[in-house]
Amino acid sequence: MQMSCCSRATPAFAPENTVRKRILILALIAMHAAILLAGFIAPYDPANQNRGFPYAPPARIHWSRSSGVRWRPFVYASSANLDGYREDVGQTFPLRFFYRGDSYKLLGLWTVDIHLFGVEAPGRIFILGTDAYGRDEFSRLLYGGQISLAAGLLGTFITLAMATLIGTISGYFGKWADESLMGLAELFVCLPWFYFLVAMRAFLPLHLNPTNTFLLIICVIGSIGWTRPARLVRGIVWSARNREYVAAARGFGASDFYLLQRHIVPEAFGTLLTQAAVLVPQYVAAEAVLSFFGLGIAEPVPSWGNMLGTLQQYNVIVSYYWLLAPAGALVVTSVIYWLLADALHNWVKSHSI
Amino acid sequence: MKGGARLALIACLCTPGFAAAATGPQPLGPGEEVQQVAAEVGRYGGRLVVGQRSEPKTLNPVTSTDAISREVIARCNADLISINRASQQTEPGLAKSWKISPDGRTFTLNLRKGVRFSDGHPFDADDVIFSFAVYLDEAVGSPQRDLLIIDGKPPVITKLDPYTVRFTLPRPYAAAERLFDGLAILPKHLLEKSYEQGQFAKAWTLNTASSEMAGMGPFRVKQYVAGQRIVLERNPYYWKIDRAGHRLPYLDEVTFLFVGGEDQQVMRFEAGDTELISRLSAENFALLSKDAARNRWQLSDLGPSLEYNFLVFNLNQVDSRKLPDVAGRQLWFSELKFRQAVSLAIDRDAIVRLVYGRRGTPLWGNVGPGNKLWVNESIPHPARSLENARELLKSAGFSLNDAGRLLDSTRKPVEFTIITSSSNRQRTTMATLVQNDLSQLGIQVNVVPLDFRAMLDRIFQTFDYEAAIMGLGGGDPDPNPEMNVWLSSGATHLWHLNEIEPATDWEREIDQLMQQQMVTLKYDKRKQLYDRVQQLIAENLPFVFLATPDILVGANGDIGNFHPAVLDDNTLWNADELYLRAPKAGVERAGLR
Repeated sequence: MQMSCCSRATPAFAPENTVRKRILILALIAMHAAILLAGFIAPYDPANQNRGFPYAPPARIHWSRSSGVRWRPFVYASSANLDGYREDVGQTFPLRFFYRGDSYKLLGLWTVDIHLFGVEAPGRIFILGTDAYGRDEFSRLLYGGQISLAAGLLGTFITLAMATLIGTISGYFGKWADESLMGLAELFVCLPWFYFLVAMRAFLPLHLNPTNTFLLIICVIGSIGWTRPARLVRGIVWSARNREYVAAARGFGASDFYLLQRHIVPEAFGTLLTQAAVLVPQYVAAEAVLSFFGLGIAEPVPSWGNMLGTLQQYNVIVSYYWLLAPAGALVVTSVIYWLLADALHNWVKSHSI
Repeated sequence: MKGGARLALIACLCTPGFAAAATGPQPLGPGEEVQQVAAEVGRYGGRLVVGQRSEPKTLNPVTSTDAISREVIARCNADLISINRASQQTEPGLAKSWKISPDGRTFTLNLRKGVRFSDGHPFDADDVIFSFAVYLDEAVGSPQRDLLIIDGKPPVITKLDPYTVRFTLPRPYAAAERLFDGLAILPKHLLEKSYEQGQFAKAWTLNTASSEMAGMGPFRVKQYVAGQRIVLERNPYYWKIDRAGHRLPYLDEVTFLFVGGEDQQVMRFEAGDTELISRLSAENFALLSKDAARNRWQLSDLGPSLEYNFLVFNLNQVDSRKLPDVAGRQLWFSELKFRQAVSLAIDRDAIVRLVYGRRGTPLWGNVGPGNKLWVNESIPHPARSLENARELLKSAGFSLNDAGRLLDSTRKPVEFTIITSSSNRQRTTMATLVQNDLSQLGIQVNVVPLDFRAMLDRIFQTFDYEAAIMGLGGGDPDPNPEMNVWLSSGATHLWHLNEIEPATDWEREIDQLMQQQMVTLKYDKRKQLYDRVQQLIAENLPFVFLATPDILVGANGDIGNFHPAVLDDNTLWNADELYLRAPKAGVERAGLR
């Protein structure tokens, strides 16, 4: 029993786990690169509506056919009717790499129009199918990832900044500062946040463009979750301030600020790092929940949450399985980050005094 | 005398023979003037289960306003003259015949003799006089009152003899005897007391004992289980018979299950828990169609409905200090060329394709092709043209900047927000399509789905919105129920509420035309007047019309006489004629006993 428990908890960064470590790092890099370079990898603009192709299923990529080109990937033209879509084998469109299509901003800096792959119009390639407006699900998944991951990362940053500040003040100065701040934290935990947010939406001005909504969501998500990490930081600061080397430094006349900056707060870094890895997937999911209920990013900007929102309809969830793709992406993101948190936790444990 | 009658009734209720007989249809009484229907002869027995999206709010036919309550209430009550939902023509109800005076002001109605309420109490002219007194009483607050008041005056109702009633209207009424459709006749013997005590609005709630309620409809209330279902049972005294002389209805019971939403309605229908489904969305219709043959479902697309969906711009008089954003944008919205350009840029075919899965019709006016009697065929259907739209905007002083954004004459970028109801996915989808269409003109549109009530509050109370996508219509093909939308003083004159006098010349002309058509008796002349109204609306675009969905319904293959109609209560309007071909199976599937 104990054996199995221990083997499950084998640290990801332990030497015997180099393969796992490499896979984890590769997966992290690949996921973030794909999302960061969404414009290049996605064949289409995420808001582009192909109104003749609502709910088109994922394209089938063919590799050979009886005559003509061999071993070169291509798709058939597809046509819609009342019952669905069928492939028109008379028309083929070879897959082209480094294809010139819709223009986009690479990394938000350069306007370019080269995509990793694409097909010549009027052919279309929807490798994860399309949504109700005929928008390419694959392109939206990548662009949506930018919103969702950014919400997770920036939200986490805000949370940890707040948690560090509040936890440090509370743990270092103690007394009434500690009691009032930790009391506030308890109050925060008690609030029914979801209902509060739903009610808040009704009072917001109608003129929030997608960027502002996005920033607002990040702030909301980020400022709700500070209580738990703040308590952790407080505990670490509390124990660190009574250490001998802190007392020694104080004896040499070091100021509070110097002590905190040099000796005390760095103690919490490891914990904060682990917390970050735990919080990111939580916040990505929080954004998804808010957008799922229509409180998040508005159309036509994609996010994993508002993409999943269409699955609230019964007919969609039973008929168009490919629209579940963002759920898959959420699962993968969460697993990668949790593995990372696990690894960081072990690393911190092995490096702590 | 009255007390005596009540005592006699109580005595009657207490006899065991009564209770036993009440389960089956009563034999025809001597001299009972019943109505024979032409429908296919069915078989007795069985229970029909229907899913409702939510619970009815009341069982009071006078005060109910919501469609769900009315769906139940209409099964338990009858009117004097009703509109046959299939033929859209009037047919005798509790009035077996009627005469209209040549000046169109006096209606003399001959009531059926020997017919009874569902509790066995006989019906006569006193019930009619009582019912209309209740409908016309301002203190009761019936929504039907507005339809009965013409020129601010109520009709005068006189009892000529126990089975003859005369209605005298202050002015001729164009819709004539259609007026009586939907006005349920109430049992004076049960409701007089609460009416005299001023408690009428509280009578007949969901918790009222079924013995205290009675109507002239095919069914009567048997049981209500809060949050779950309401069960109706056969009215053993119903006044219609089939061709073979059997008293209707055929069904023993009709059960309404409160399932909680359209998707749940579909799931319960798929599972076989319910046997009828109406107001299906195109997506769910397509979903059910896949399995229709295997499950022997009868699914019908009844063609375009009378509903019209539209984009409306806020042209209300707003305080520019309180709502500067709205007031600033009204300069664009009030420009006809701007509204025309928006209309030209909208891809209505895409709405029909993507929102209604091809089961809908694009609209350019308030009357769609579903309303064959009143549609003005000469209204133009301009094809989508971004070039023409850009031309119009240019001629109205708008210009494009280098980034392709549309600027107004003061170089301010054109951007506005469309609100929709978050619970109505079809309208949210329309808004997203319109957003994409208008972006091609350089207009930035934000779409904000709001809770339905929050949206109505902005539209009717605070006027804090810029544009909205909504839907109206659906009840009656006649122009009269549309009065409140098009009259400048109307309560649903959405784009500009509370107008003291018409804000524009065309609104003034519409006011005159609508008033005139209401008192014009000849169809041809009325049609001419209403055609002009439609033309004015299409030319001035207070609403940018989008599309109308088809009416989509379904039923289990076991249901006989299933004749769904475009008008309200699409599937249940002939509940008295519906029957189960294999009643046993129906009951078991319902799984309720």
